[in-house]
Amino acid sequence: MLELSHIQSGYGRVQVLFDVSLTAKEGEITCIMGRNGAGKTTTLKAIMGMLPLSGGSVALDGVNLSDLPPHDVPKSGIAYVPQGRRLFSELTVAQNLEVGLLHTKDKAATREEVLDLFPRLRERLKQQADTLSGGEQQMLAMGRALCLRPKVLLLDEPTEGLQPSMIDLIRDVVLQMKSRNLAVVLVEQRIDAVLNIADQVVFVENGRSLETTDTGALRENPEKLHHYLGV
Amino acid sequence: MEFGPHLLLASLEGATTAAVLALTAMGLSIVFGVMRVVNVAHGEFYMIGAVLAWFIATSVGAHPALGFVAALLIAPLLVGFLAAGVDRLILRHINYDPERTIVATIGTLYILQQTTLMTFGPDARPVEPPFNSRIALPWFEWGENGFEFYFPWGLSTTSYKLFVIAAAVVILITLWLAITRTKAGLVMRATQQDSDMAQAFGIPVKTVYSVVFGLGAGLAAIGAVLVVPIQQAYYLMGHDPLLLSFIVVIIGGLGSLPGTIIAAILIGMADGIISVFFTPTLAKIFATLVVAMVLVFRPKGLLGKSTS
Ligand SMILES: Nc1ncnc2c1ncn2[C@@H]1O[C@H](COP(=O)(O)OP(=O)(O)OP(=O)(O)O)[C@@H](O)[C@H]1O
Ligand SMILES: [Mg+2]
Repeated sequence: MLELSHIQSGYGRVQVLFDVSLTAKEGEITCIMGRNGAGKTTTLKAIMGMLPLSGGSVALDGVNLSDLPPHDVPKSGIAYVPQGRRLFSELTVAQNLEVGLLHTKDKAATREEVLDLFPRLRERLKQQADTLSGGEQQMLAMGRALCLRPKVLLLDEPTEGLQPSMIDLIRDVVLQMKSRNLAVVLVEQRIDAVLNIADQVVFVENGRSLETTDTGALRENPEKLHHYLGV
Repeated sequence: MEFGPHLLLASLEGATTAAVLALTAMGLSIVFGVMRVVNVAHGEFYMIGAVLAWFIATSVGAHPALGFVAALLIAPLLVGFLAAGVDRLILRHINYDPERTIVATIGTLYILQQTTLMTFGPDARPVEPPFNSRIALPWFEWGENGFEFYFPWGLSTTSYKLFVIAAAVVILITLWLAITRTKAGLVMRATQQDSDMAQAFGIPVKTVYSVVFGLGAGLAAIGAVLVVPIQQAYYLMGHDPLLLSFIVVIIGGLGSLPGTIIAAILIGMADGIISVFFTPTLAKIFATLVVAMVLVFRPKGLLGKSTS
């Protein structure tokens, strides 16, 4: 279980997060929603230790992650699929996966599992990452993260700019991860997608988490979406 | 000597210069590529490599070959550790901020140079080459009897210079294989391309930086150990390699390793040839002119990429 309690963070002297709390449980999909610039990406970066916390704490199964050096955060079981993919663009597909496998014990089996999830990647192992199509890049970004065999998967707008068939594929993989008992934290803008797969939704505005609702309640009470997202 | 043999001789001089320059510039290029640090103290690591080579070779005594081999193994290692220390004590604390690292490495340059002056002294000191036999080189001519080989008087090189060229080639190939084929190389390249994401996959970026900074300085030191039987160790000898390395890295394209090699060969050969036919000063003028041209017409360098 990943727990953020009242975290504050930002870039240098610019504070962006003022008070974000959320709890992501195993086997559940927790969605973060909010307008552009609300602090969703910043929240994920703070979880990864890429930005220092100026207040609050991030804990995974009771272990305080904010005490760890940033490069130990992924080793504790958190994998990150960033907004805009951020692949190692001059490395091949195989090498990108290999970076994901650096600290994984059962490398060969994990690699096979990931390639079974994304067969398109298997055909393109030798291809340089920046020559992949947008959809393939997203698959690689997710595959690379899953190579860590994480307990928690952080996904930042994984369907941004993708066509419907690709979005379905990503959704299937996310649901599979849920069924494998991962805690999934998903930043997503598309409301229909969120209502379909999320277990709970956390609304973020101006660096504050305002409300956490479970999806069932949200379906019955869609005014909240209107209120927080202006739709 | 006729023009043809003379050119061959000049090219061999150039190839030796190019070999050493390729090693030195490669060190600068790797550090810039991975860490985005412009290491102004690079020439001083070269100089300390040479001075340590002298120290080790004279301490070992025995046969010159033994002293030289000891220097070749130990001096780059010591310089590498020294540089890694500089990274940890200085660069890490200013967070690799581009402007501040330039100022900090300028400071490091003077500290290293003056410390060497205070300990090693102002004299230039030679290291005996491990072997140094003259090798006469053949030339051919289209004479009355058709194609003929002969050995023109004065057309010769030394076995040591050929060794320098061969050693540089072997080291650079090894380095290339290490970067492209090993796990350490993968870690280095991932860090180079996106250090935040590398960290998000468990790569200890700061440790990688220390190792890379040490590696870069170590490469300069290898170049220096190879050169010191030809040029002597001297506390101000870091200037030229620093300047030429910068020229090479800019011409080759910032951070492009193949570009660095190509540019090192270009500048090294030109330096050798122009120095033999004209003067070393003209050679430096030529190199500077090439940089100016590259900056005007191909600001990213020969093999530089338009992004990043
Ligand atoms: N590197 C940075 N330096 C300074 N400020 C930043 C930086 N990155 C983001 N910010 C600021 O932090 C705030 C939150 O940005 P963030 O990327 O977390 O938003 P977001 O909720 O992910 O938005 P989007 O939906 O557009 O992805 C914004 O006001 C943004 O301008
Ligand atoms: Mg975002």
